[in-house]
Amino acid sequence: MKNHVGIAVSLAAVSLAALLTACGGSESAPSASESQSSSAAADSGSESGDLAGTTLYVYNWGEYIDEDVIDQFEEETGIEVVYDLFETNEEMYPVIEAGGVTYDVVCPSDYMIQKMIENDMLQAIDFDNVPNFDQIDPAYIEMSQAFDPENLYSVPYCWGTVGILYNTSLIEELGVDPPTSWADLWDERLADEILMQDSVRDAFMVALKKDGYSMNSTDEAELQQAKQDLIDQKPLVQAYVIDQVRDKMIGGEAAVGVIYSGEMLYIQEEVESLGLDYELEYVIPEEGTNLWIDSWVIPANAQNKAGAEAWINFLCRPEIAKQNFEYITYPTPNKGAFDLLDEETQNNKSVFPDIDSLANSEVYEYLGEDVDTIYNDLWKEVKSN
Amino acid sequence: MSKKILSWPYVLWMTGFILIPLALIVYYGLTDKSGAFTLANVIAITTAEHSKALWLSLALSFGSTVICLLLAYPLAMILRNRGVGQNSFIVFIFILPMWMNFLLRTLAWQTLLEKNGVINAILSMLHLPTQSLINTSGAIILGMVYNFLPFMVLPIYNVLCKIDDDTINAARDLGANFWQTLLWVWIPLSVPGVISGITMVFVPALTTFVISSLLGGSKILLIGNVIEQEFTKGSNWHLGSGLSLVLMVFILISMAIVAKYDKNGEGSGF
Amino acid sequence: MTRLKRSIRRIWQDFYLAIIMIFLYAPIATMIVLSFNSSKSRNQWGGFTWSWYTQMFASRNIMDALHNTLLIAFLSALIATLIGTAASIAINSMKQVPKTILMGITNIPMLNADIVTGISLMLAFLAFGISLGFRTVLIAHITFNIPYVILSVMPKLKQTSRSTYEAAMDLGAGPVYAFFKVVFPDILPGVLSGFLLAFTMSLDDFIITHFTRGAGINTLSTLIYSEVRRGIKPSMYALSSVIFVVVLALLLISNFAPKKKHS
Repeated sequence: MKNHVGIAVSLAAVSLAALLTACGGSESAPSASESQSSSAAADSGSESGDLAGTTLYVYNWGEYIDEDVIDQFEEETGIEVVYDLFETNEEMYPVIEAGGVTYDVVCPSDYMIQKMIENDMLQAIDFDNVPNFDQIDPAYIEMSQAFDPENLYSVPYCWGTVGILYNTSLIEELGVDPPTSWADLWDERLADEILMQDSVRDAFMVALKKDGYSMNSTDEAELQQAKQDLIDQKPLVQAYVIDQVRDKMIGGEAAVGVIYSGEMLYIQEEVESLGLDYELEYVIPEEGTNLWIDSWVIPANAQNKAGAEAWINFLCRPEIAKQNFEYITYPTPNKGAFDLLDEETQNNKSVFPDIDSLANSEVYEYLGEDVDTIYNDLWKEVKSN
Repeated sequence: MSKKILSWPYVLWMTGFILIPLALIVYYGLTDKSGAFTLANVIAITTAEHSKALWLSLALSFGSTVICLLLAYPLAMILRNRGVGQNSFIVFIFILPMWMNFLLRTLAWQTLLEKNGVINAILSMLHLPTQSLINTSGAIILGMVYNFLPFMVLPIYNVLCKIDDDTINAARDLGANFWQTLLWVWIPLSVPGVISGITMVFVPALTTFVISSLLGGSKILLIGNVIEQEFTKGSNWHLGSGLSLVLMVFILISMAIVAKYDKNGEGSGF
Repeated sequence: MTRLKRSIRRIWQDFYLAIIMIFLYAPIATMIVLSFNSSKSRNQWGGFTWSWYTQMFASRNIMDALHNTLLIAFLSALIATLIGTAASIAINSMKQVPKTILMGITNIPMLNADIVTGISLMLAFLAFGISLGFRTVLIAHITFNIPYVILSVMPKLKQTSRSTYEAAMDLGAGPVYAFFKVVFPDILPGVLSGFLLAFTMSLDDFIITHFTRGAGINTLSTLIYSEVRRGIKPSMYALSSVIFVVVLALLLISNFAPKKKHS
């Protein structure tokens, strides 16, 4: 039995540690929230006294807010925030649809908002309760009409583009000119140097745009051609990745990568602070690209609609939007916040591109279940090839 | 009779949380979006993409199971022989890595295997040619072996510990050499552990999708990726369920083949 | 066997163990190094920093998730071990047919892809009208943990001979007493490794947790996965390193602490 004493002792020790942490955690958690709500109750009276003490369930992307902003909101309104995270639109959707948990305010992307509107999963926002909505640049409200035709359901939070990130010195080594178009991603000299996005719509967007079609195409022949292009491109692709593009490009793993523009500010700072011997440049391909918007919406089954509107209103406040922008670095549609930024950031074309460079760009639309299935099947063919 | 009572909580639990949910999957797998009965979701496995993905998954998980077994058996033997009179500290050492998050561990392998990764940096420091390791099926197998090896080591080690030293010594005294003892004493007595181990490695390897995305660069489509996509991205739970049913049948068949070699006929349950 | 031959074999064995150890710990070492990396990227060294550790302890999200993860892992492993061990004993004494049926059911969670188990459980919870939250995650973890316990205990039970148990009964021991005196010590290692496996599986699970959790219930896995889009913060590496060092320290202490005499 001797050798099992060791197991037992260490198990007991580990379990004990687990229990201790557990107890410690549960003791401290309520006390923390207590003190917050009590201090908040004191100064919340003026603005939205009736909301104090209510709970607001927020569902957002991971790392998509400055946690400090949540604390400020709680303090100011007395609303207790239960903050929750999702990783993709597609994961978020069944959770809202099933209704096992009811969230009050959610931040999906454009096409998913359209899908939710079409399936009656959202309720209209009462804009009287969101006075700060006028801080949002009208250009983005207009863009939102692609998925929210009457601007009833959504308030833009972040936006951005998809483009090509390239490594200046690796490109030079390979004897290739800096890419300017999606078609450059079919250059055979870039074999094993290309990082593509591992998502159906983004991959097809690249191929469809290269061929001069709409990224929301539902035309069988166009989609077949795009599929064939992607199959032809596959031997040149080093990997299909979602989140890894940033780190792999900083690490010099590949020469070119398709990437969301929101990471640019971080990437530029990182390359500089690491003192790397190459530069990473971002370009919006001339054929046009995807312009995406993540917006706040209120699900139909929300329990605390007034709280949700207070939340949205709070985030639209210029100082708060600026603080958030500085944390997440994705372009903000908030005009007030933009004006507060320093000139260098305002003029950073990688972060805030010229509107005219976006002439051919589109927003993803929800194409309906049947077309979604076609896209998925074609993508599977690409992947299994 | 009294012992049977012990199984009641289990039976209740499994009915509520395994059989009923499973019935829902069968229901989804055999119906279409309108709720009408169909076999299309199951037959879908015969399409070129799906059958290729299934075949690749079977090949990769079979390969990684064999490698796990080959690595784990000698390891379990060494641990057993040393563990006698000592302590099981060393066993813990082999489980400890599993307490680090799965995703973080797999990402760490990326850092090790990449073109400018740690392994290639060491190779070039030694003036050896660098290798392209990441985004290959080899990298996927490595990821599988790494993540599932403890599942093979533990059950085998547990069974080996129960083998009496006297049995081994008796075989020695009767003139058996190492290989003969291994073949006629060790292996037959450890079959239940080996079968548990194979089950615990083969099945998760067959259904994984995270390892193939992270270490295979998503260029290699496995059946787990297909099912995952149908559930999360394609939102086609019917097709996903149908394909899962097919996958379960394949696993049952594989396990039945393994269980045939179980001389006690009891296996790990099949 | 000559002494020389024996020591050569010993060296080979040490060599083999060392190789396996390097294989198992290389990624862990990488993770620990990254936790001190002042750069957020995974493959560039930006200089040494402690800041991820201070950030980690300051983050309410991370600390809540840690607390949930450990509590769920411990409770689910404990309950699964109780149910699973009891079930193994019962199953072992059954006739062939019910035994085969029960073992078949046991294997279902292991045969299903995690995502199928996760979604099917979510559907079932919703069908029963159980709202998603801490409870449902716990139930789900117990469900997928039980098979690991049974698979660890069953091989041990098969090796115990019925005759010693019956002999104890013949000598006047009650079934419970006989069980704890005769059978239990034999299967204890299996029970413990079952508990340990269950604990480990629970710590590591993401997909099933994702579909069965409710608002505000994060485990470390769900937290890490939600960070994937924006890149994983090194505070996660820092947390893993802390867990690793703590567990290792506990193991070392329990290992080298003076042993009680009776063993």
